Amino acid sequence: MAATEQLTKADFQSNQETRWCPGCGDYAVLAAVQSFFPELGIPPERIVFVSGIGCAGRFAYYMDTYGMHGIHGRGPALATGLASARDDLSIWVVTGDGDALSIGGNHLIHALRRNVPVKILLFNNQIYGLTKGQASPTSELGKVTKSTPFGSIDAPFNPLSLAIGAEATFVARTIDTDKQHLPAVLRAAAAHEGAALVEIYQNCPVFNDGAFDALRDKKRGEVNRIYLEHGEPIRGVVRDADGALRLGSGGAPVVHDAHREDPAFAFALSRLSSSPDGPTPIGIFRDVRRPVSGSDLTAELAAARAGADDAALDALMRSGDTWTIS
Amino acid sequence: MAGDSGDGMQLAGSRFTDATAIFGNDLATLPDFPAEIRAPAGTVAGVSAFQIHFASRDILTPGDTPDVLVAMNPAALKANLPLLQRGATILVNEDAFSVRAVQKAGYAESPLEDGTLEGFTVKRIPMSSLTTRAVEDLDGVTSRDAQKAKNLFALGVLSWLYDRPTDVTERWITGKFDGPVEAANLAAFRAGWSFGETSELIDVQVKVDRNTEVLPGTYRNVNGTEATALGLIAASVKSGLPLVFGAYPITPASDLLHALARRHDMGVRTIQAEDEIAAASMALGAAFGGALGVTCTSGPGLDLKTETIGLAVMLELPLVIIDVQRAGPSTGMPTKTEQSDLLQALYGRHGESPLPVLAASSPGQCFEAVYEAARIAITYRTPVILLSDLFVANSSEPWRIPNAASLPPIDPHFRTTSTGAFLPYTRDDNLARPWAIPGTPGLQHRIGGLEKADGTGAISYDGKNHARMTKLRADKVDGIEVPDLEIHGEADADLLVLGWGSSYGTIRAGARRVREGGGRVATAHLRHLRPMPKNTGALLRKFDRVLVPEMNSGQLAHELRAQYLVNVESYGKVQGQPLLPSEMEQEIWRRLSS
Repeated sequence: MAATEQLTKADFQSNQETRWCPGCGDYAVLAAVQSFFPELGIPPERIVFVSGIGCAGRFAYYMDTYGMHGIHGRGPALATGLASARDDLSIWVVTGDGDALSIGGNHLIHALRRNVPVKILLFNNQIYGLTKGQASPTSELGKVTKSTPFGSIDAPFNPLSLAIGAEATFVARTIDTDKQHLPAVLRAAAAHEGAALVEIYQNCPVFNDGAFDALRDKKRGEVNRIYLEHGEPIRGVVRDADGALRLGSGGAPVVHDAHREDPAFAFALSRLSSSPDGPTPIGIFRDVRRPVSGSDLTAELAAARAGADDAALDALMRSGDTWTIS
Repeated sequence: MAGDSGDGMQLAGSRFTDATAIFGNDLATLPDFPAEIRAPAGTVAGVSAFQIHFASRDILTPGDTPDVLVAMNPAALKANLPLLQRGATILVNEDAFSVRAVQKAGYAESPLEDGTLEGFTVKRIPMSSLTTRAVEDLDGVTSRDAQKAKNLFALGVLSWLYDRPTDVTERWITGKFDGPVEAANLAAFRAGWSFGETSELIDVQVKVDRNTEVLPGTYRNVNGTEATALGLIAASVKSGLPLVFGAYPITPASDLLHALARRHDMGVRTIQAEDEIAAASMALGAAFGGALGVTCTSGPGLDLKTETIGLAVMLELPLVIIDVQRAGPSTGMPTKTEQSDLLQALYGRHGESPLPVLAASSPGQCFEAVYEAARIAITYRTPVILLSDLFVANSSEPWRIPNAASLPPIDPHFRTTSTGAFLPYTRDDNLARPWAIPGTPGLQHRIGGLEKADGTGAISYDGKNHARMTKLRADKVDGIEVPDLEIHGEADADLLVLGWGSSYGTIRAGARRVREGGGRVATAHLRHLRPMPKNTGALLRKFDRVLVPEMNSGQLAHELRAQYLVNVESYGKVQGQPLLPSEMEQEIWRRLSS
């Protein structure tokens, strides 16, 4: 389609008024996605956003593409069904930490292990926002919220470790306000053939403000962001003699290999930080190829359907032992 | 035909059925499996049975009191003897009545010796040893092959007893097996037949004439599951929509997944989902993409799908949900039948969440029922629940195969263009909204579970709009055109028996017996539970008394009273077993004479 060349950010902005809280990290992600999508060269009618419930779930309404705002946690299942019927679409799932990891945990891991061709954007703000501030499955131990007035006693998930354990073929992490890094990760996710999981650290200014300051804050971020780039040495954080932290490569440099089949390497990287209050890897942890769910089947079935006419139906219904009464 | 799970009774039964169907009798069958996959051999819990009822006139049910029982072991005898009336014939595998086997079945003494079978015509046949003798000289046949072929011996005896054509069965054996197993099975079958013919033990051969009153056409034998699978494929072919079938393994619904999973040749996509919720959601996601989305379940699976069904009501997208009902609540009795999900299907969702509900009335009618469910779903953009049950799914009957060309058309009528902004919640004459699928340029839109503004589909919290949308959703469903209820029998009969779902044949058979005895009873059967036929209320009021039999504690009766203020009488049965014609006959007489 020739017109795709002229697509602009405005082509992806729906007429719905955005209704997140002022200062919400979701605005930054939405703007980045809308700015980035024209470069994909895919006409808006071939793009579908599927979302679950939660603040992130509203995302689908704001993209001028096809969209389905589904039910809590079921986004990956709805998207799997859509992908199984249509192999000509670019399908994106927008979800949050409660949606993806709590009520929808089962659907998330199975979409990843099936390697369904959908891109899952996991907005992780470590809190339930839409229900007004309860602990989420990524909230840190001891967190005081309305539902945990004495501090959370449940250990959090590490979403990337979970995804890698679920056989995910593409696993990445980025930050809502990082205007260069976020589109770069989305670009790589879009180019990936199977399921992609992108965790986006997203600030909730109302119920969990500052959760990611160690990374989002310009000065602290410079120290704490460990950017992963395929083929490049991974810079670590070392402590100077005076106790200050600085980026560096202590010992022999480890070169990042996102394409390594063995998930142990990516898993080890995902364990470098258990909460985003210190040095944390950012980037593409894992990007490997594995057969995509139903990749050949959709075309095979479409071809079969083309031949499935009345005659084929008559033959099928009359298969086996039949008898005729005249 | 009853034996241990490993005795091959279902196979023998289905072979007898095919020969009977091809011969030209009308018939109905009912398999009865044990719940355990491998129950201890020789125990009553491990008995597997197959029942067939056939005649030269139209057959309405698998029957209630068998005339002949084949019992391959003491447990099979014990499990099925209560079904028989005195005078029935029992063919027993005498070899299987060892002291140990007798005790395992829970008998203190051999029932062949202690008078248990007094009043029955008992034929003691050493089936195991006769089978062994028939096959022992064949090349490569092991004693295990011989042991496994005794069901074919029994089938041979039974085939002779009822003068069934042997070529149908022999053709099947040679097509299905080869080598020593084929030889052993053929030999066993022929030996059984010859035994019947030559042994003086069986002195009567029963001839059952062809049924000459059947409609002309091509027939095959189908169970409800096979007919449902064919109906879904037919709906896919006729609508031009790809069939995407999401399911999670659950008894007894899984058989439909198995039947459809084989049909890549017809373009069928099946997905074994991670759970019931996902199975429904995948079907709905596929529907958003322009597919015929179908999901199937039983028992607690329907509870889990409820959330997605509610979303489908809100999205107003086509979705077919097939509920193969089984005895509940909770896990209940997974291998036993019931009709106890009716009120759940009608009302079991939060908020006001109306949808059409249909029920299949016989194995063959499952085809028509699911085709109609798909047609309504697609035409009206709505989820539709089809209630089937274990009894109708597993029973079989001859099915008059329709011609594909004569099936009602199904037009998905996708919206492909729009003058001005596309409004996804405008409505056509059926109150159905436009279905515009991804890939259609210019019609990008967002839908979701939040309440919609009438017309535009934008999120709306306006109270008056919500009231209007609630009414529109209900009016759409209640405006679906449904054929009128038909009365079978005299319009001024003393009693109307009104049923729904799989009890169709049983009620008809019971009423027929009453009429033959001079009773004045009429029957009618509901295939649409929402909306109900327009003449339902008027019809109920025309009769002095209305009896509503169902395999639950009175759910349809409850619904009829609520909707029509008619004091129908309920007859409920919740024993995990289908209603029986004799039971119906008795219940009808009880009311006619009071």
